[in-house]
Amino acid sequence: MTVLCLIEHADGGAVADVSLRALTFARTLGGGVAAAVFGDVAAAGPAMGDYGVGDAYAVEVGGYAPQAWARALSELAAELSATAVVAAGTDRGSEVMAHLGAITGLPMAANCVSARRGADRTFELVRQRWAGSLLEDAVLDATPALLTVAVDAVVPAPADEPAATAVHPFVPVLDDADLLVRASESAERSAGVSLATARVVVGGGRGVGGPDGFAVLEELAGLLGGVVGVSRVVTSEGWRPHKQQVGQTGTRISPELYLACGISGAIQHMAGCQSAKHIVAVNTDPDAPIISRADYAVIGDLNQVLPALVEALRARTA
Amino acid sequence: MEIAVCVKRVPMVGGKIVVTADGQDVDTRMSGFTVSPHEECAVEEAVRLVEAHGGGVTVLTLGPPAAADQLRDMLSLGATRAVLLETDGREWGPIATAEAIVAEVTGALANPAPPASPAPHLPYDLLLFGNEAADTGDYQIAVRVAHALGLPCVTGIKNLEITDAGARARREYRGTEEVFDIPMPAVVSVKEGINLPRYPSLPGRLRAKRATIETRAPQWRADGLAKTGLRVPAGESKRAEILGNGADAVPALVALLEEVGVLS
Repeated sequence: MTVLCLIEHADGGAVADVSLRALTFARTLGGGVAAAVFGDVAAAGPAMGDYGVGDAYAVEVGGYAPQAWARALSELAAELSATAVVAAGTDRGSEVMAHLGAITGLPMAANCVSARRGADRTFELVRQRWAGSLLEDAVLDATPALLTVAVDAVVPAPADEPAATAVHPFVPVLDDADLLVRASESAERSAGVSLATARVVVGGGRGVGGPDGFAVLEELAGLLGGVVGVSRVVTSEGWRPHKQQVGQTGTRISPELYLACGISGAIQHMAGCQSAKHIVAVNTDPDAPIISRADYAVIGDLNQVLPALVEALRARTA
Repeated sequence: MEIAVCVKRVPMVGGKIVVTADGQDVDTRMSGFTVSPHEECAVEEAVRLVEAHGGGVTVLTLGPPAAADQLRDMLSLGATRAVLLETDGREWGPIATAEAIVAEVTGALANPAPPASPAPHLPYDLLLFGNEAADTGDYQIAVRVAHALGLPCVTGIKNLEITDAGARARREYRGTEEVFDIPMPAVVSVKEGINLPRYPSLPGRLRAKRATIETRAPQWRADGLAKTGLRVPAGESKRAEILGNGADAVPALVALLEEVGVLS
């Protein structure tokens, strides 16, 4: 009874927060937890033991090559007779697990929120659809169960009893095709506050009215030490670049404060900001969907509210 | 350059998702349908590549007869040929969907008894997908198709160029950029933001209206992952505390910003 979990690294090699969530999820499936670590095992530190990893397999395939990673997982899963293989539902986690599904011919359930053993080796799953705006109950009948974890749905929690992690080198048997696709270079990290990690996001939607309307949002974001985010209609109209889009097909944000201005609150948008701690809406329409998803609201025209807010904040710091 | 793009018909959900009384589907009586956003960008990317390099764009969907509407939408953006893999309205899982796509692009669906040949001929240089469908978000059709065809695959792509050796694809990874050089033919899944899709032109719409849509009838099969029901998460609906109206609300708003600790 082993659940195999793919570990992703954060900067500096520590176990990424998304993988701590995946390990927390993996422990709920029953049995021991083993980890597949690509890269520096030592840098992963004590977190693996804290999260209940009994055995860690250090796999070296020379950088990121999704099919090679999946091949290694398939070999490890077979060797351990794993009941499930779990990864965070990130770009990499999803990609590697899709390859694993294709290699093994098994179904892969994406973005699971919870899973428990059902009858006859099945798993009863809850997984996200529409980026979490809808939940699907499903039964997965395949061994091993291939699962990615909806990372915003699981809170990372260490095991009650930390494990002593034994590290084993693992050399997968790869063929040339497994290594054909690999990440060949990484450019410099982009400078400035990133939308994904900003503490404050000032959001603008259709209500901003056009490309020229964003100056006051930028000014406000500057005063609050935050960044501007926008809804999909704004990028589809070409008013702002796509990299500023908050939503299901843009960036997921989790700021302390999301000030959503002139945004109706389509589920495509709310999927990207549901992890915000406080949502404040500024909207002319008291019946807009965002009013039933926000914590606080100002009913009014952003072109009046925001300049007055900027003025008040300036007066406060003067 | 011949390119096939796979798209999916999905409900156009606005501010709220409603589930049907039997708990099995999204209630679409009040909504229209569209193509998943990533896939619309995949079609735009294909049309741009063909404008630059010549060739044609085949757009492919697996869905009910009404999915022909989405194929016509894509034809109006510049796709040159459309194929509908027609279903009876049942939901298809990723394994069965990928098998049907593979059968279509290798010609096995159109011609079920082809002359025996060692490897099926693939009449495409590039198979494009969206990274994940807006509704089911399975993240795997492209990868499964690539494996079945023995082709290289990259996913989540935000920039694609054709090079002398094949294709160079780029994507974001935690604030940096990953670059993949791959030979063609290849399977590529893209994300919204790779381009800004055009609006259909009037001649494009007229052409799409008249175009013939080829239809096939693939066989459904179970996938090992069976949906038992759908539900809207609890706590989705609350009511914001109204701080006030217009600029008069600013003092209350400043007090709130102070309270949540975002003012220095």
